[in-house]
Amino acid sequence: MAASLLEVRDLHLWRGSLHVLRGLSFEACAGDVLVLEGANGSGKTSLLRVLAGLLWPEAGEVRWEGQALDDDRAALGRRVSFLGHEQGLHADLTPAENAMFATQLRRRCAADEVREALAQVGMADTDRPTRALSAGQRRRVAMARVLLAKAPVWLLDEPWTHLDASGVRLCQDLIEAHAAHGGLVVLSAHYGVDFKSTRLRRLGLS
Amino acid sequence: MSTAVTSLPAVMALVFARECRLAFRRWSQLAQPVVFFLMVTTLFPLALSPEPALLRSIGPGVVWVAAVLASLLALESLFKTDWDDGTLEQWALSDQPLAMLLLAKVAAHWCLSGVPLALCAPVVGYALGLPMSALGTLMGALALGSAVLSLLGAVGAALTLGSRRGSVLLALMVLPLAMPVLIFGARATDLAMNGDAPDAGLWLLAAGLIAAISLVPLALGAAVRVSFE
Amino acid sequence: MTRLTWFYRLASPPTSYATAGRLLPWFAVPAFLLLAVGLYGGLVLAPKDYQQGDAFRIIYVHAPSAWLSLLGYSVLGVSAGIGLIWRMKLAHALAAAVAPIGASFTFLCLVTGALWGRPMWGAYWAWDARLTSELILLFMYLGYLALRSSYDDLQRADRASAVLALVGLVNVPIIHFSVNWWNSLHQGSTVLRAGGPAMPAAMLIPLLESFAGFTLLFAAIACIRLQAEILNRERRPTWWMDSAIKGVPHD
Repeated sequence: MAASLLEVRDLHLWRGSLHVLRGLSFEACAGDVLVLEGANGSGKTSLLRVLAGLLWPEAGEVRWEGQALDDDRAALGRRVSFLGHEQGLHADLTPAENAMFATQLRRRCAADEVREALAQVGMADTDRPTRALSAGQRRRVAMARVLLAKAPVWLLDEPWTHLDASGVRLCQDLIEAHAAHGGLVVLSAHYGVDFKSTRLRRLGLS
Repeated sequence: MSTAVTSLPAVMALVFARECRLAFRRWSQLAQPVVFFLMVTTLFPLALSPEPALLRSIGPGVVWVAAVLASLLALESLFKTDWDDGTLEQWALSDQPLAMLLLAKVAAHWCLSGVPLALCAPVVGYALGLPMSALGTLMGALALGSAVLSLLGAVGAALTLGSRRGSVLLALMVLPLAMPVLIFGARATDLAMNGDAPDAGLWLLAAGLIAAISLVPLALGAAVRVSFE
Repeated sequence: MTRLTWFYRLASPPTSYATAGRLLPWFAVPAFLLLAVGLYGGLVLAPKDYQQGDAFRIIYVHAPSAWLSLLGYSVLGVSAGIGLIWRMKLAHALAAAVAPIGASFTFLCLVTGALWGRPMWGAYWAWDARLTSELILLFMYLGYLALRSSYDDLQRADRASAVLALVGLVNVPIIHFSVNWWNSLHQGSTVLRAGGPAMPAAMLIPLLESFAGFTLLFAAIACIRLQAEILNRERRPTWWMDSAIKGVPHD
């Protein structure tokens, strides 16, 4: 078994007066697809945001490659690509501009690379501003952004929200390919997902 | 896996360029603070009297009060869109310091709203009867002052991100903090108008700007991170 | 971390609730004694001022409230900073507890200043540097309270308002300087004048007593409000019933 990439120990999180996460512990290794399952309000989004360093747990710790979350935010940023409820796309920019900007925040990136990634999610040749796209199309562009980040870890919050059947399949393929190449994917889903991946692990939140 | 990391100045320039591009896509919004500024300054002669001596004596104050209100108005929604659509989250998760990205955004905002205000100020000052000799000082002081105002107002705008936003809340928070800017700026203009050296006011504004540039990004970063929680 | 254990133990809700309760009488009793003695001395026993007559006696309320308005903002800013940096809830609770007290003293200072202004300047309000700074300080308190009340979630309210309090704390000296620069017409500071105080002892001693008395009163009110704040943000409100019976673990 490979050394764990992500280690969570005895995590406690409160949202307002709700004790959402109660002493959660788990580990995940490179190549895993970790699916967080649970009903609405069970803390899937909160857990992903804790893992991304956007939320602070009341107690417990999150370690990436043995490093505590707040030790080195820049390292966390290089390691993780995050897809939240919001897509992180500006309505007035075209998909390509959006993807280009988000990627250039992290690394140098050529226009071809962006075009290729957009083609991969079926969003090539769209010059309209993002506001004119459907919700599912925006989700696809956001997926392209995740791809382009070339981060070893993907944190995806309900990645198939708004996606049609082909979009869900595409998204699953991308996730499996990423895991197969030694990446770690942590994603939340409020209904069952079937992956072909052998490294699929489920974590139920209640 | 990851490739060459871009440098901080390059990323800040990127943010700056993005802001400018977005602003010019909706350029009518860009003009709004300036129009507001011109309108407010028009109110004073109408409300008081068109008598030149009176207008001249209240001129610096009128210009500055209008400028402060106009910059606040422009700042209200500075981070709103980027917060709503998740862009700020992405910034916080990039490997660049969030505070510096936000500073670049505020700098762009100042270029697009503060600088036009400063450029319009001589026209307004002239209309209010300020002597030509004071117009340069007015413009310079307003350029410096609006930069400080942008920085302070940005903190306020970031702090209201997760709240039940009231339209007056930003003004309630930021106006008391902005008093020194108003005092230094208006006094410098006043001194120049009376033929005295306005240096003291200008230097104090410049000092305030340096202090704001060095401290405000920290507060901005903290404020935006709070809004994610 | 081990060095800070006492710090965190003190910060646990049950301990800090109990500590505030224990401190309360130590602040409240001397506060009332000193205020009684100081105000009696100042308002009755002290001789009339040869220029201002009886009007000067308002200094026994005005000056301490001016001091407490600033002390209040400093406590607010420092505890907000501690809460923000070390994520210490007790510090946020203290900031929330202190802000309205500070705002009240600022208001008291403005009102007494205005009343004093009537015989002094012939008007209730003059744009004098100190009164103006005090007014801006009141606005800063109000901005802080407005931001706090615009959040539903206590934790966010704590952290967002802490940032504002810190920015404000840095700004307080700048505002004072700018207002003084704008207008420096006020009688010089009479108590802390270099070369010893200029007041006769019969006036000075009651003043110092009322300074101490009001400060202790401030601390006493802060303790009461802190207890209320701690209860307000405690999610498991059972500990304070349990704590009388047995020791309570700190989460």
